[in-house]
Amino acid sequence: MKVKVISRSVDEFTRERSQDLQRVFHNFDPSLRPMEKAVEYKRALNAAKLDKIHAKPFMHAMDGHRDGISCMAKNPNYLKDIFSGSMDGDIRLWDLATRRTVCEFPGHQGAVRGLTVSTDGNVLVSCGTDCTVRLWNVPRPSLQDFNISSENSIEPSAVYVWKNAFWGVDHQYGGELFATAGAQLDIWNHNRSQPVQSLQWGTDSVISVRFNPGEPDLLATSASDRSITIYDLRMSSAAKKIIMMTKTNSIAWNPMEPMNLTAANEDGSCYSFDGRKLDEAKCVHKDHVSAVMDIDYSPTGREFITGSYDRSVRIFPYNGGHSREIYHTKRMQRVFCVKYSCDATYVISGSDDTNVRLWKSKASEQLGVLLPREQRKHEYDESVKNRYKHLPEVKRIVRHKHVPKPIFKAIGIIRAKNDSKRRKDARRKAHSAPGTVITVPLRKRRIIKEVE
Amino acid sequence: MKLNSEDNILMEKVLPPDEQEIDVELEAKEKKYLRGGAVNLESLKDKKLKTKVASREKFFGKSAKTAAKIEKWLLPNKGGGLETDGLEKTWHIDQLKISKEVDILSSRKLYDVVLPDLGPYKLDFSASGRHMVLGGRKGHIALLDMMDLKLIKEIQVRETVRDVAFLHNDQLFAAAQKKYAYIYGRDGTEVHCLKERGPVARLRFLKNHLLLASVNKIGQLHYQDLTHGEMVASFRTGKGRTDVMEVNPYNGVVALGHSGGTVTMWKPTSQVPLVQLHCHPGPVSSVAFHPNGHLMATSGKERKVKIWDLRKFGEVKTIDGFHAKTLSFSQKGLLAAGTGSFVQVLSDSSGDSSHKYTRYMNHSMVKGYQIEKLMFRPYEDVLGIGHSMGWSSILIPGSGEPNFDSWVANPFETSKQRREKEVHMLLDKLPPETIMLDPSQIGAMRPSRRKEKPTRGEIEAEKEVAIEAAKSIELKNKTKGRNKPSKRTKKKKEMVENAKRTFPEQEHNKAVKKRRIGEDAAAELPTSLKRFARKK
Repeated sequence: MKVKVISRSVDEFTRERSQDLQRVFHNFDPSLRPMEKAVEYKRALNAAKLDKIHAKPFMHAMDGHRDGISCMAKNPNYLKDIFSGSMDGDIRLWDLATRRTVCEFPGHQGAVRGLTVSTDGNVLVSCGTDCTVRLWNVPRPSLQDFNISSENSIEPSAVYVWKNAFWGVDHQYGGELFATAGAQLDIWNHNRSQPVQSLQWGTDSVISVRFNPGEPDLLATSASDRSITIYDLRMSSAAKKIIMMTKTNSIAWNPMEPMNLTAANEDGSCYSFDGRKLDEAKCVHKDHVSAVMDIDYSPTGREFITGSYDRSVRIFPYNGGHSREIYHTKRMQRVFCVKYSCDATYVISGSDDTNVRLWKSKASEQLGVLLPREQRKHEYDESVKNRYKHLPEVKRIVRHKHVPKPIFKAIGIIRAKNDSKRRKDARRKAHSAPGTVITVPLRKRRIIKEVE
Repeated sequence: MKLNSEDNILMEKVLPPDEQEIDVELEAKEKKYLRGGAVNLESLKDKKLKTKVASREKFFGKSAKTAAKIEKWLLPNKGGGLETDGLEKTWHIDQLKISKEVDILSSRKLYDVVLPDLGPYKLDFSASGRHMVLGGRKGHIALLDMMDLKLIKEIQVRETVRDVAFLHNDQLFAAAQKKYAYIYGRDGTEVHCLKERGPVARLRFLKNHLLLASVNKIGQLHYQDLTHGEMVASFRTGKGRTDVMEVNPYNGVVALGHSGGTVTMWKPTSQVPLVQLHCHPGPVSSVAFHPNGHLMATSGKERKVKIWDLRKFGEVKTIDGFHAKTLSFSQKGLLAAGTGSFVQVLSDSSGDSSHKYTRYMNHSMVKGYQIEKLMFRPYEDVLGIGHSMGWSSILIPGSGEPNFDSWVANPFETSKQRREKEVHMLLDKLPPETIMLDPSQIGAMRPSRRKEKPTRGEIEAEKEVAIEAAKSIELKNKTKGRNKPSKRTKKKKEMVENAKRTFPEQEHNKAVKKRRIGEDAAAELPTSLKRFARKK
């Protein structure tokens, strides 16, 4: 006869000294955890609710400019730096950690319209309506003068005067060139006082320009003739052009999939295109109720941020039709420029009310160093939320966002308009001979034509 | 690369036999952690979804494999067991023999406590098995720490105590007394008097929902939420007085056994029982649930114990000639039945799903003791017996789960861990709506009600099969004269025709035929009536 019974001595299962950690034992047997699905669902619900409770995305309003912020630039080589230019010609360098102005770059007579930093982070290029392009040496903060006073001003290292006012500027990735948008597209070199190349397709002025992060000689522009054009500098002529129904205010390339670009359109939507196939948008991102003014991609390439004339900032997934998040405050006016920080943790918006605002990119994220236990908890919450996101209650909580009254009303009006149009189209189609009424998909509807 | 993979294959082929055995064992264990079969990927049409689901399935498989390996190699304790050699039977081994074989620590768990005046005793263990609460019929309530066998508190309430039950942890317990049910704290202070439910006969606590379920003397079932004191539901069972009540730990459904021989199952969100099962011709005297929720044991006054499969609501086994006043399932699935002064423990000897419950151990107490309540102590190989002369504890090897999980129930819990656990329990408290017969339905899709129409090809194929089957039937030889070949062929033809007729394709043909008749009729009509004929 062999007998064995469970016998636990207290010493084996408890700690020896008071400094020791309590011993933890696991048994993953499902029969020990009855109703685990219901419990998981409850946890998902709790996680979704907690997310909404902790959603406090607004970090700081950085005050200092005397006029609306027109453009911003982030320093690719220095995480804390953000440059902002205002309508009165003032340029400031902000330190995001201390949320203060590090120094000012005075000199522009009219509004500053474009700011960009070279890839090595040493040269700041600005341009404005005073027909000048100015190059500045970016001051390197050393450890000694950490507490530099905000009234540090810097002289430009070069001032190039040109024939026309400028609307935007962007620097090539890893190269010496930068491009300005104005009456035409000009390609400049740091050391030359005149553009090395001027490109034009049609007579309309160029509004924005962005270099491709993957292919340094490729750039995309948008112009006031409602066009989006892709240029290849090696060919000295435009490669592709499409004309849309409304003007595109800004363009951003996806840094992780550099063949894709997203255009911020005047009609309140953003359009993601494959750069090789412009006749159809890959995705239409709808949610803004007024013109989208600026767009910037997260360095992860999975999300982008948009700023709009409707006084809100939204974050979209790169392949989703609707925004994940809307940021707004009572005091924030029309947003002219937005940037995603280089570590994808923060977003920065510049608006008409002379403030640069700092937000968290994930509204309920816990900042700072997390304990491994906290980290695990956040991961668990995220995964159960993802698992039960289709259940009605979880979905309702996750989707709920508070929007300001004017936007809420405008959304209602737009929805009513779209619904009535859809109804009308459906009826027209139903009462016409089959095949005569062709429904153009939304991805193609706003594109007028493609020009080669 | 190729060479490498070939090497791998060769390596796998020449696994030593014991490793192969381990592989088989691990695979059997994996099944438990997979929690059901995989999704049928072939039926998915959406490519994107297919890849997503496939990757998830891969992930589930991996985690199940890891869990199986952990169970095989890393768990600190192996379960208890009783093995005999030769012709010796396990049920001939009595407690004295066992106590001689086991270690000193375990042999201390075998004892009788004689309290002759205040019995018969009801008992309940806390979820971790660390604490026990005893309720004597004559008003004696005691709270004990079972690990160091210490009395924490005892009180005398000076009225009838019908049942006792622990609430969410060892800090609170409830007692059903003469007029009302009361909640007591660990130090014996009365915390609440639950007047609303009347004279309660049985009390059970639903751990995940933090509900206290009770049935009173007039057959009313009450659910009360103990976090905010609200009475969630109260139903009249309409089947008279009962004191048989048990909670299915798998889904939180409450079962009541009635004097008419039925067992009814209830949830707090429905006025009518979910299930009414006619189990016995006479009164039901006890009900118990297997921890996996698929088995239910009932005993009737007609001296029968029955085991039911709750997935098909069918009887699995009947044990005749044995009346059980009280039944209890252990964590590992042993079934204890007690009557008079005799305890019988049955075990599932088959180990698979056939549920062959056979005799495992017997225990006879002193003649004249009347057993009131049996309950296996969680995470221990111990059976607690409350009887008319006090209470006893006997050793049943292989009854308890050898490895506890600190996050589920920890017998060595510190006060700080207990407090933290309390908060987590409140956060994870399930709403009463989650009580349902199949709790895995939460988060699942409801299958579409509409039956899919079989396609034409499928109908054709089925028809072919049916015709073939009809043709291949061998006809029996009939008596002389009736066995003519012509009759046989006629009969066969008839059968084939019958087989054809059962398929809906014929209806379709008929419809077509009807229309044609109409059309033909139009052609045959006189010209004056032609304008009434159906136009093409």
